[in-house]
Amino acid sequence: MKQYILKRLGLSVITVFLVAVIVFFLTHILPGNVARQYLGRGATEEDLVEFRRVFGLDKPLLSQLFIWIKDLLQGDLGTSMQYRGPVADLLLPAIGYSSKLAGVAFFLIVPISIFGGVIAAMNRGKKIDRVITVGGLSAAVIPEFVWAIVLVLTVGVTFQIFPVTAFPEEGNRGVLNQIWHLILPSISLLLVLFGYIARIARAGVIEALESDYMRTAVLKGLSRKKAVTKHVLRNALLPTIAVIASQVPYLIGGLIAVEIVFNYPGFGTILKGAVDARDYAVLQSGVIISSLVIVGFQLIADILFALLNPRIRQKVSE
Amino acid sequence: MSETPTLELRNLEVAYTVRGIDRQVLRDVSFSIAPGEAYGLVGESGCGKSTAAFAAMRYLPRNGKITGGSILFEGNNIVDMSDGQVSDLRRSAISMVYQNPATALNPTIRVGDQVAEVFQLNGVSKSDALAMAEQALTRVQIADPIQVLRRYAHQLSGGMAQRVVIAMALASNPRLLVMDEPTTGLDATVEAEVLDLVRELRRDTGTAVLFISHNLGVIRHMCDRVGVLYAGALVEQGATADLFNNPSHPYTVGLLRCIPRGGLHKSTDRLDTIPGTPPALGTKFDGCVFAARCALAEDKCQSSQPQMVTIKGNHVARCFLSDKASSLPRSAEQIEFASQSATTAHEVGETLLNVSHLSKVFTQDGHQVRVINDVSLTLGVGETLGLVGESGSGKTTIAKLVLGLTAPEEGGVVSLDGKGLAKTLNRRDVHDVGAMQIVFQNPDQALNRRHSVTRIVGRAVERLRSFSVSESIDRAHELLSGMRVEATLHSARPVQLSGGLKQRVAISRAFAGAPQIVVCDEPTSALDVSVQAAILNLLVDLQKQDKTSFIFISHDLGVVRYISDRIAVLYLGRVVEFGSSQRVFNGPFHPYTEALLSSVPNFDGSIRKRIPLTGVVPSPSNPPSGCVLNPRCPRKAGSGYETLCETEEPNLTEVEPGHFMRCHIPVAKLKQLQS
Repeated sequence: MKQYILKRLGLSVITVFLVAVIVFFLTHILPGNVARQYLGRGATEEDLVEFRRVFGLDKPLLSQLFIWIKDLLQGDLGTSMQYRGPVADLLLPAIGYSSKLAGVAFFLIVPISIFGGVIAAMNRGKKIDRVITVGGLSAAVIPEFVWAIVLVLTVGVTFQIFPVTAFPEEGNRGVLNQIWHLILPSISLLLVLFGYIARIARAGVIEALESDYMRTAVLKGLSRKKAVTKHVLRNALLPTIAVIASQVPYLIGGLIAVEIVFNYPGFGTILKGAVDARDYAVLQSGVIISSLVIVGFQLIADILFALLNPRIRQKVSE
Repeated sequence: MSETPTLELRNLEVAYTVRGIDRQVLRDVSFSIAPGEAYGLVGESGCGKSTAAFAAMRYLPRNGKITGGSILFEGNNIVDMSDGQVSDLRRSAISMVYQNPATALNPTIRVGDQVAEVFQLNGVSKSDALAMAEQALTRVQIADPIQVLRRYAHQLSGGMAQRVVIAMALASNPRLLVMDEPTTGLDATVEAEVLDLVRELRRDTGTAVLFISHNLGVIRHMCDRVGVLYAGALVEQGATADLFNNPSHPYTVGLLRCIPRGGLHKSTDRLDTIPGTPPALGTKFDGCVFAARCALAEDKCQSSQPQMVTIKGNHVARCFLSDKASSLPRSAEQIEFASQSATTAHEVGETLLNVSHLSKVFTQDGHQVRVINDVSLTLGVGETLGLVGESGSGKTTIAKLVLGLTAPEEGGVVSLDGKGLAKTLNRRDVHDVGAMQIVFQNPDQALNRRHSVTRIVGRAVERLRSFSVSESIDRAHELLSGMRVEATLHSARPVQLSGGLKQRVAISRAFAGAPQIVVCDEPTSALDVSVQAAILNLLVDLQKQDKTSFIFISHDLGVVRYISDRIAVLYLGRVVEFGSSQRVFNGPFHPYTEALLSSVPNFDGSIRKRIPLTGVVPSPSNPPSGCVLNPRCPRKAGSGYETLCETEEPNLTEVEPGHFMRCHIPVAKLKQLQS
């Protein structure tokens, strides 16, 4: 098992490294003279040279890459061109905010989606099944920022049930109030991801319901309800875990859009600002951090999957 | 019978709803099982055997429902019971064992917890339940129950898993045990052990058993009374010996004749088949359900439904012509053949395939596993070589080595017509590839579902014989027609065909390149006996026509005996006996062959003393020293050769002309021990 985790970890490190290299080259082959853009038309040639020297843009491309990665490894995320301050100061608080939103969203999405899928599977072919599967898919085809706007306008503005901003006002930032403010943005993410996760959970449960071991359980004399909770769920939810992990990139992508609509000072908002301002240092580090998160979740999902499935657990520990 | 039967089905009618229409699966089925009695149900697939079994548990598929009649358990109708009451019964009084033990166990829960669950359901605490689970496993003769309790399903062999399932079924001390094909898919030796176990447990507990099997030999050995199902109707019923010795319904007669029973051989006998196919689910009948396929059928059979008539005692048959049933004419093919066989005596030509010193080593988890160890065999023109042995003995691996699907170790040579072949398929030229083809067990998986039958066969012709597309299609049609796949089906896709037809397509495909050798890997194992007989007949015809040679792999020793000229018996990747079909089956036997043959339940009812192989098949990664069979050998003890057996591996030596054995005990001594 330890070997398996180490192997996975190694692969994750390689993935992140490749992402770093690709991101670096992508941002550096983008057209436009960075220095000129920041300093404006009036800048003198000396100003431009000075700017390039400060940000290391005068060095050969490969050594820029080398320096950047070396700095990254030391925890130095670089200097923001826009704010002229350390990127870390900008990104870290934003990541904190985003984690809060992602956490609330995750705790809303996962149980509700799985529960929906299980209910649909148990009532296969009935009306409730159709409502869940068709409804889930229909909701998923509408992008989260559209949902966000619709939700703001309806339950936020018209009915005034939920606050329309995701961030409470100063002096009123208790934990519960913060969560309360994050529910509406989370719902817009839920609407998009529910369909996928519920569908996979449904498929897993149906497969397990029709399995021979489920039949064994029922013929042993277990009531259907007990047989489902004891014998079906664990087997059925194995594939669901993998799917949830694979949805993390969507969740992050969704976060960016939703944060902007709700004017929430998270990672997405910062990243969008960086794109607008062509702040490469922030952009590069932002992408690296999100790739770390995605790869990390994939790793967690793989390990969980192995832990829950004795067949894989055995194989990996041999 | 004055006492209340344990189970009684009274005029039971079951229907499945398919596309909104109710289709009847069981028609007016009535039978009863007394306490302690074993009742067998036989019939081809789709005749309603399993439906009857599951109905007895009141467990029908989602689209199944009981449309009439009653199911009485000890006099109480379980059709009318609430779900809770039925659960109570399943918990305490009726249990079931079924096919595929490996999937019947939950893959993510330890075996022990699953067995203990039964006790817990009856109100025992978790720790007590685990202790009782240990006893339950001991009861089904699992040697190290504590070990097994901690395992997961995938860590058990098939036989072990079935023991666990049986242990679970017996845990509640049921008064009725329903067994649906409990040994199908298990090796002959394991099957014999499981059946012995069931018999012993039955003797100890007096449980009534409803036993379902397509294997008539198993039924004959296990059951007191037998019922024959056809198209969902019970067509004959009686005490086992009466029914087998004096079958009185034409269907039963036909079924019994299909089986390649002891002593039949392709050179002298052609297998009978039952013409036609079983009716589709839910077909409505005016007359007898079997009339359409019955060679005896008269006008009244088509128009009115026969009642059960008494043959003798409680032996009954649902047939107007039951007294004539045994004179059921043999199928047309038979007559045609009889005239042929007089003129063409079967003989084996010169050596075609020469396999020498084949070995194969797999690396598994860092261990070297020698799955094939120095196998040398020959195959003549127009000859059939049978490969038999338990699973894991290397039958399929040898086939793969010969075909070049996997490369042998250094020193192994496969030569065809005196010419050495490249080790792997992709280095062999088109001619060599076409010369050796394979027919698999499961045509569903071997045929491309998206292609038409013509395309599947035509494509093979095109590749193997470099024909143009139109020529290939013509040749494909010829081949298919030759295999009796009607022209109307040539544009069909595999999914539209029955299992037998699919296998005919697979055989056509194998014959596309005009092969000299066809490897048949369990080609009839997934088929009903009547279809099996037709396929075996077809293979024999093809062999006669084209002088094709076969390598025939099957776990069904009756089938192998029927079709093979010579047989190689394999154990742990070694040939332990090699000789003519006659020699191998009539003895003197290698001790392993002897045990293997004795494990087959004989369908003619003759009692053969079983010679058990003790212990489990050793892992090829760590074979025993000396003779690989020695720890399990039934003849080692007292033979006087014990030390030699345990220290030195015997060579394959010619003990009689053309009969080879790998055994230290001299053949004369074996003969004496076996007489």
